[in-house]
Amino acid sequence: MHEPKVRSGEGRPDDVILSVEDLAVHFPLGGGLLGRERRLLRAVDGVDLTLKRGECLGLVGESGSGKSTVALSILGLLKPTRGRIVVDGQVVTDGPSGDRKALARTVQIVFQDPYASLNPRQTVRRTLEDPLRVHGVTAKSEIEDRVASMLRHVGLRPEQADRYPHEFSGGQRQRIGIARALILNPKIVICDEPVSALDVSIRAQIINLLLELKETLSLSYIMISHDLGVVEHMSDKVAVMYLGRIVENGDWREIFERPAHPYTQALIAAIPDPLRHAPLATTGGDLPNPLNPPNGCAFSPRCRYAEDVCRSEPGPVLETRPDGHAVRCWRADEIAGQMVLAPT
Amino acid sequence: MKLRANLVIGGALFALAILVGLLAPWLAHTDPVLDANLMNAEEPPSWTWWFGTDGQGRDIYSRVVYGARISLTVGIVSQLINSVIGVALGLSAGYFGGWWDDVVNALTNLMLAIPSLIFALAIMAVLGPGLTSLLIALGLTNWSFTCRIARASALSLRSQGYVQAATVLGYGDVRIMITQLLPNMLGPLIVIGTLGMGSAVLSEAALSFLGLGVRPPFPSWGSMLSEARDQITTAPWLSVFPGLAIFLTVLGLNLLGDGLRDILDPQSRSRRT
Repeated sequence: MHEPKVRSGEGRPDDVILSVEDLAVHFPLGGGLLGRERRLLRAVDGVDLTLKRGECLGLVGESGSGKSTVALSILGLLKPTRGRIVVDGQVVTDGPSGDRKALARTVQIVFQDPYASLNPRQTVRRTLEDPLRVHGVTAKSEIEDRVASMLRHVGLRPEQADRYPHEFSGGQRQRIGIARALILNPKIVICDEPVSALDVSIRAQIINLLLELKETLSLSYIMISHDLGVVEHMSDKVAVMYLGRIVENGDWREIFERPAHPYTQALIAAIPDPLRHAPLATTGGDLPNPLNPPNGCAFSPRCRYAEDVCRSEPGPVLETRPDGHAVRCWRADEIAGQMVLAPT
Repeated sequence: MKLRANLVIGGALFALAILVGLLAPWLAHTDPVLDANLMNAEEPPSWTWWFGTDGQGRDIYSRVVYGARISLTVGIVSQLINSVIGVALGLSAGYFGGWWDDVVNALTNLMLAIPSLIFALAIMAVLGPGLTSLLIALGLTNWSFTCRIARASALSLRSQGYVQAATVLGYGDVRIMITQLLPNMLGPLIVIGTLGMGSAVLSEAALSFLGLGVRPPFPSWGSMLSEARDQITTAPWLSVFPGLAIFLTVLGLNLLGDGLRDILDPQSRSRRT
């Protein structure tokens, strides 16, 4: 197999730290006593992902595309309908709840909203000390040292530990959220839109902090975002999700320079670029109702290239090409890399 | 930190009521039960009889002072039982959901459908009159509002990022409920708790009036009020003073609850000081 280009980390092909195989999460809706029709919401429907040690995998897509559902499944918060998730050798999807504590020491998450993600009634110290105690660290000096050093890692002063979350700014709160995610020394961190709730002026700080921590603490990231600008800056690999499925998957350079799926092209066209004179053609419309997905390819109602085959046949299987680039589109070979200008 | 008026006044009133109850033997002029003298019956308030005397010539002041013991014990203990039951059921129902939530909901609806005083009456009828059965009866019948509030708060807090984070960090369910959910729902629970104490004092009066609460010679504010019902036009001091005691205690409890909520909410704390 062709070794993909990576920006950082070891990235040996066999060094997979997380793999998601054929993950599906379906939510039954309705039903109950009144005997209404039971319907199935296919939030995630057959997703395969691999994350290599030291890499950052960007997971992009609109709201409702299933990105966060994938994240919650990896964290063991949602029970998948089907599929297998292996995190650093541990099969998450086995058994009723598995070994939650072992999983906690391997995967952690940084949440989007730094205001809702910190307990307003706990000091920062308590927020960072409790996880250590839960995981059996009892020595008072060790707990204090680890909290202090983690605060320094994320750019806060240890003497700020006795304050409450509301005494901090949004950016500082997100630093606390990052510290909490890292306090157990996890190997994988899922960043769920870590900067989209923040001021534009401090986004770059947080992104740079995340990149720096990835190197110093040798972490692997899954970067969930609908903002391709952030993903482009951070990711080694990119997977694009649409309506519960991955439509394009590959090396970041491939995805950004030669996007093959019309949806990916539309997302890239939507990145604001002050140097571009003519706006690129994006796509209109909304994500279709996942309870009533369109016939054929799920993107066909919004796709400028849609043909009869797209409207009648479901999208093709995601086939990985030798260069690691995979696309789920009938016309991918014709339209790969084309960026169309917006009609005036 | 600046002290607020509601906290100071409420705390002072409640502390006063508790002090009066604790120091009753030293504060009272006469024995509230034994020192009856028909020669002094229905004396209006004076320097000798501060709050007047009742139909048996007992000193109302001494009876109000001793009454604090029973009324406050019933108010505090029965509401504590209610709070513990309500929070345990509501918090776990909101957190776990599923069949347990259905069971708790059904129980709560049942409790709300039956008038709590009637239910308490039924329990009293089974257990027989007396202070202990009063505590049990009132403690088992007024948890539904606490339960509702705890459940609603748990439901809305459960999806908060910090609760999810705690789960991801490997916290156990009990730890999450106690450290993440409970502290964030204290405000409304304290308000409900103080109001509940007030209504427990009133329920105690109703049950005592029906002969199922505290037995007649022993004074509680509620039973004194009930006994004074017939003489409200001829000897108003019989009802005014125990009524005033109830009023001031309930007022104190409500102000205190308000003040405590301000303190326990760290966001409003730094905003106001």
